[in-house]
Amino acid sequence: MTTGASSQSLWQRVTAPLSSGPTAYAFLAFYVLICSFLLLTNPRTELSTDIVFVLFMLSMLVAYRARVATWFKVVLGVIALGIVLPYFGTLNPFYIDVATQAGIFTALALGLNVVVGFAGLLDLGYVAFFAVGAYAWGIFSTTQISNINPAWGPVDPVMFYPFLIIGLILGLITGVLLGLPVLRLRGDYLAIVTLGFGEVIRVVANNLDRPINITNGSQGIRDIERPPLVLVDLVRNLGVVADDNRLYQLFFYYLVLIIVLLTVIVVARLKNSRIGRAWEAIREDEVAAVAQGIPRVRMKLLAFAIGASFAGVMGVVFASKQLFINPPTFDLLRSINILAMVILGGMGSIPGAMLGAIIVTMLDLQILPRLASVLREAQAAGAPIPRQFDPTQYQRLFFGLLLVIMMIFRPEGLWPDERRREEQHEVEITDEELEADKLTKPTGAETGR
Amino acid sequence: MALLEATNITKVFGGLVAVNDVTFTVEPGSIVSVIGPNGAGKTTFFNVLTGIYKPEKGRVIFAGQDITGWRSDQIAALGMRRTFQNIRLFGNMTVLENVLVGMHVHLQASIWGIISRGRNMLREEAKARNKAMELLNFVGIADKRDELAKNLPYGDQRRLEIARALAGEPKLILLDEPTAGMNPHETAEATQLIRRLRDDRGITVILIEHDMRLVMSISERISVLDYGSKIAEGDVQAIRTNPRVIEAYLGKGAADYAA
Ligand SMILES: Nc1ncnc2c1ncn2[C@@H]1O[C@H](COP(=O)(O)OP(=O)(O)OP(=O)(O)O)[C@@H](O)[C@H]1O
Ligand SMILES: [Mg+2]
Repeated sequence: MTTGASSQSLWQRVTAPLSSGPTAYAFLAFYVLICSFLLLTNPRTELSTDIVFVLFMLSMLVAYRARVATWFKVVLGVIALGIVLPYFGTLNPFYIDVATQAGIFTALALGLNVVVGFAGLLDLGYVAFFAVGAYAWGIFSTTQISNINPAWGPVDPVMFYPFLIIGLILGLITGVLLGLPVLRLRGDYLAIVTLGFGEVIRVVANNLDRPINITNGSQGIRDIERPPLVLVDLVRNLGVVADDNRLYQLFFYYLVLIIVLLTVIVVARLKNSRIGRAWEAIREDEVAAVAQGIPRVRMKLLAFAIGASFAGVMGVVFASKQLFINPPTFDLLRSINILAMVILGGMGSIPGAMLGAIIVTMLDLQILPRLASVLREAQAAGAPIPRQFDPTQYQRLFFGLLLVIMMIFRPEGLWPDERRREEQHEVEITDEELEADKLTKPTGAETGR
Repeated sequence: MALLEATNITKVFGGLVAVNDVTFTVEPGSIVSVIGPNGAGKTTFFNVLTGIYKPEKGRVIFAGQDITGWRSDQIAALGMRRTFQNIRLFGNMTVLENVLVGMHVHLQASIWGIISRGRNMLREEAKARNKAMELLNFVGIADKRDELAKNLPYGDQRRLEIARALAGEPKLILLDEPTAGMNPHETAEATQLIRRLRDDRGITVILIEHDMRLVMSISERISVLDYGSKIAEGDVQAIRTNPRVIEAYLGKGAADYAA
């Protein structure tokens, strides 16, 4: 409060009324409205839409962080993500896919944020857990399974739903299996071992086509099942004219949205608990944390397992959505990309990880390719760009440069973790609850589950 | 029965015997000091007691249990807490959170309780915060609850470390030079605080200190280490007049008192 107050005062003076009090309601409603309007009136695929799209997503994070009533956040979220965005998706199906992709990576970034941001364990092989989930569904929902045992056939597509849980459990188990041997290592060593682990999983996927063809090797698995659509007739009766592919797009969008929501809730609650504090303490000073009675290895394992389980679930969804997976999908670069989301957003920060995921996905899928094509057109039109320079080749370079610049000028990330007053706010409420409890002790005991 | 019994503790670093066959007993409810010149092995001895180092030789019995070879967190959970010579707070966490971390082993909420935000979990959190505030009051920094630990002035950081240790409801607290770097006024306040640990809360205290005025005024027993070995032990009077102690200190500090 005292330090840095002067340097931030202007920013705070501007944002404070916008994030709390009655002005916040007006501001947020206005913000979402404007963005929705811009989005819906501009359904073409171009840079301006990209930017509005990012701002639109950002509005959700601002709302998430603002101190307004929960019902208001829910209403805003339902309108923006539940109605406006899918509707926009029917105008421009490209963006609904981008949103789904961003959602998948948001959940992954949130999961990795538990490991790297909360517990401070540098994991460079995170994508391995994603791969485990994806291959689980890929193998079990296709004829690959028959290669293991000819008596087994692909599972019913409806098994997709229980497989979400199975993916979670598989992620959890893999997380623990990796964690057990390596968590005694620190810092750099841990990073190298996890990196190796990520590669091992990829190489296994690449080579497990012999002697028994389980993963179909570098060919990848195709024709992965999608779950049967629920409520199709209902949706069609509503007058929505759409083929199955469109409907599946919407289906996966909503599914991912729900999973991301659950992920956010779980992660946020963990963060503000004894477990989250223990992770943070370990990150800050391991020796001191252990001296407070925190079981170091167990807490680290927990972080690993929880982070991995989100990736496991999303793997199942990803495989089903893409219909096709192959080993290069799960290479080191993917892990690095997710890590970049976490770091870009701000380590340990939940809205940061989400923002990072949205921005990196947008850069990857939209903005950088677009920039490249703009440059190429300029080149063709005779702009003084050497002919040897192929902008498409330099997309990653821009991305790298951006990261470097970010880390120099804003090393704490775009949306760093704020120590918030909200927590105290929360306590006051629970204190009252505590008082109320005391007054109504007899009934309180009955209602207490 | 003694609260802590360390027998024949030896800790070796390479060729250096940092702690050499030290036997040391603490009765419940007492304040005892461990003194000795720089590099005598005091901190190393604390590190052995709290499980950070495993001793090459010797046994530690605490609260009736043989804790030799236990992990640090197990020992802490059993009720032995410490502060560090070179303050080790969780710098980027708030003052209140630091204390809450100290309470970790006393919080029961399961992972399901946390994810579902069950009533019990909320109640436990609220209670924990109240308790943490009470402890911050006790050490006198309640008004700084929301500041980051790293932004506290030095003296307050030492207080916070004590509050964090208290959060574990310890039977025994080990203070490693709690007044190092303090001015005389702060030292006087810290002395009061250490006394209150025992008098108000009944916690047994082991103190490493270089400030002889503090040591002599507060301790019931004093043990003196020199080059890893215990060279003397006794009450204040006995230590003041012990020729080996005076020699170890070469007339510094203790010698003034002996005069
Ligand atoms: N981890 C270690 N590895 C190697 N040597 C160590 C280690 N820790 C301490 N020592 C050595 O052991 C000896 C005792 O150190 P220790 O820190 O216990 O002394 P001390 O009595 O606490 O001194 P001070 O009053 O300066 O704090 C010193 O010579 C020190 O250099
Ligand atoms: Mg020392």
